[in-house]
Amino acid sequence: MYRYDEFDHQLVNERVAQFRGQVARRLSGELTEDEFKPLRLMNGVYLQLHAYMLRVAIPYGTLSSKQLRMLAHIGRKYDRGYGHFTTRQNLQYNWPALKDMPDVLHDLATVEMHAIQTSGNCIRNVTSDQYAGAAKDEIEDPRIVSEIIRQWSTFHPEFSFLPRKFKIAVSGTPDDRAAIRVHDIGIQIVRDGKGEIGYEIYVGGGLGRTPMIGKKIADFVPKEDLLAYLEAIMRVYNMYGRRDNIYKARIKILVHEIGAEEMKRQVDAEFAEIRKTGALHLPAEEVARIQAYFAPPAYETLPDESTELNKAVVADRDFANWVKSNVAAHKVPGYAIVNISLKPIGGTPGDCSSEQMDAVADIAEKYSFDELRVTHEQNLTLADVRKKDLPAVHAALKAAGLATANINLITDQIACPGLDYCALANARSIPLAQQISERFADLDRQHDIGELKINTSGCINACGHHHVGHIGILGVDKKGVEYYQVTLGGAADEKTAIGDIVGPAFTEEQIVDAIETIVTTYLGLRQPGERFIDTYRRIGIDPFKESLYATH
Amino acid sequence: MAQHSRKGAQIQALTANRLADGIVVYLTADNRWSESLQDADVIEGKEAGEALLARAQPAIDGNIVVEPYLFEVVREDGNIRAASVRETIRQAGPTVRLDLGKQAELPGVHR
Ligand code: HEM
Ligand code: SF4
Repeated sequence: MYRYDEFDHQLVNERVAQFRGQVARRLSGELTEDEFKPLRLMNGVYLQLHAYMLRVAIPYGTLSSKQLRMLAHIGRKYDRGYGHFTTRQNLQYNWPALKDMPDVLHDLATVEMHAIQTSGNCIRNVTSDQYAGAAKDEIEDPRIVSEIIRQWSTFHPEFSFLPRKFKIAVSGTPDDRAAIRVHDIGIQIVRDGKGEIGYEIYVGGGLGRTPMIGKKIADFVPKEDLLAYLEAIMRVYNMYGRRDNIYKARIKILVHEIGAEEMKRQVDAEFAEIRKTGALHLPAEEVARIQAYFAPPAYETLPDESTELNKAVVADRDFANWVKSNVAAHKVPGYAIVNISLKPIGGTPGDCSSEQMDAVADIAEKYSFDELRVTHEQNLTLADVRKKDLPAVHAALKAAGLATANINLITDQIACPGLDYCALANARSIPLAQQISERFADLDRQHDIGELKINTSGCINACGHHHVGHIGILGVDKKGVEYYQVTLGGAADEKTAIGDIVGPAFTEEQIVDAIETIVTTYLGLRQPGERFIDTYRRIGIDPFKESLYATH
Repeated sequence: MAQHSRKGAQIQALTANRLADGIVVYLTADNRWSESLQDADVIEGKEAGEALLARAQPAIDGNIVVEPYLFEVVREDGNIRAASVRETIRQAGPTVRLDLGKQAELPGVHR
């Protein structure tokens, strides 16, 4: 994986020292809260409902075991023994004290980590596919482009004061696991007729108050032109993006207002200008240098079939269920991708204790080349596990309470922190996810229901991606009481869609029953082989409306 | 958001976060900052609210607390309770981690 060079080290260390000074001056009163707030936000420090919150960047979701152990250590030493993995592949701590924050950032810097680009109107931490480097049909490892963009955008003077925050996601396979069409810029790695690798560019996607699906404005940007093309987009945005109204400042509003055609025209014109100077031509050597960081690990030559695995599947039903839902195909014979669910039945989606982090770090060190990934669905991934090691990995995960077999099933839900932690929330999210999880705990029933994604956000900011859940739940506030609005038919993959509102919101008492009614309606109307989303696309919203509201 | 202040609010208390560690605190009748809502000064009416806010100012200027505001409370069985879900969670802790926050640390802080 990517290692800091001297420049990165210096930059991050300077930033820690600078923030240490700023915190000291704030505590002594030399800086007022108004002066200090933007400075703390630039270092990932928010003030939440109960305490401060620190958001740590995990670039494109890739971590070494050593880094995860440091996250565990910080959780123990400065927090309350746990962290929360987010839909942006970051980690949040819910309880750190401001006075400790410089020490936390110092500890993070010792393992090449920081909280830069986790807040503010800059280009945020780039997100990517958790199967990067391991996916069967991958055209190119998306982390190479992600790292190039990270280096280009970090502290870029032109991009430090954008009209609003800016999020980029990259996918290297036709199956989109990075939700690229709901990002400000989505990059799909493609191959043209001549076998050359290039980039399809989507722009103007986003969730929040005004959800939008990104529009494709380029079919094939050649490799060496990528940064020039992205810079062209950023310039157009910087010129025309609305700074007067925070709700209209995202690039999605600009693209929506002028249209994809006009956006494309503007970007192409700017791109032609940039190309004239040639300054942003990406040299092949530089690409090769970064590519080397993501060279494949030292895979063994193995038969694709593993007798150990086959035997264990027959012998152990729990293990067999886990393999069925949590293990995915790997491009190298004899290897598999392991997904670790952070969605235990009745648990908090994305929460992970320091002990569990240590356990995963050990497992990754022993069985997956010392490295792991964070997924945007708030789970973890071990990308390179030998099939014959799967029984041992499962046993180790089970011992740590991390062997929940539910990836992509109804209990594998996304939920934002909501009103249990978040100062912006209208309603709680986590308890809903927990109640739904308990209602559908039976594994046979989960498998019968099949792939179904339920996403919950505690307010319209949509941190829980509710718009793109097959079933989306949005918390709303009606006179101090929590209500929940349901959307159906959203999706965040290569067929991205924004869900449709099914009708009036439900109370906390009604919502879990309403979800069950939706599931039962689907089960009654599905055709063989259909997932929930397929049935929904075929029959539309009316049958669901009918069963939800007709009897009320 | 309905949590911060509501029209027709009758009795109110004042809350803020402590600067150094972010912990939720309440202004008491003798101008201290307590972690327990039960210690909060409870006032009635608009003018008394403004007076309460004014009494928080020295702690703002003195860099003791940040983000002060008034919120609605009710008296119940001799206890002070927050009127909204938000402030109830804020004074007790996450409803999904009863082992954390004031509910786990302070005796007499109920939910
Ligand atoms: C608890 C502290 C948090 C605060 C104060 C916060 C605040 C916000 C705000 C204000 C927005 C809307 C920005 C806009 O539309 O321009 C937003 C969007 C977003 N947040 Fe959070 N958030 C928090 C936690 C999280 C967590 C835990 C996650 C992941 C689970 C997350 C993921 C996102 C995502 C993916 C969006 C993008 C929606 C979009 O595309 O517009 N946030 N957040
Ligand atoms: S969606 Fe709203 S409630 Fe949930 S974390 Fe984001 S800002 Fe908070």
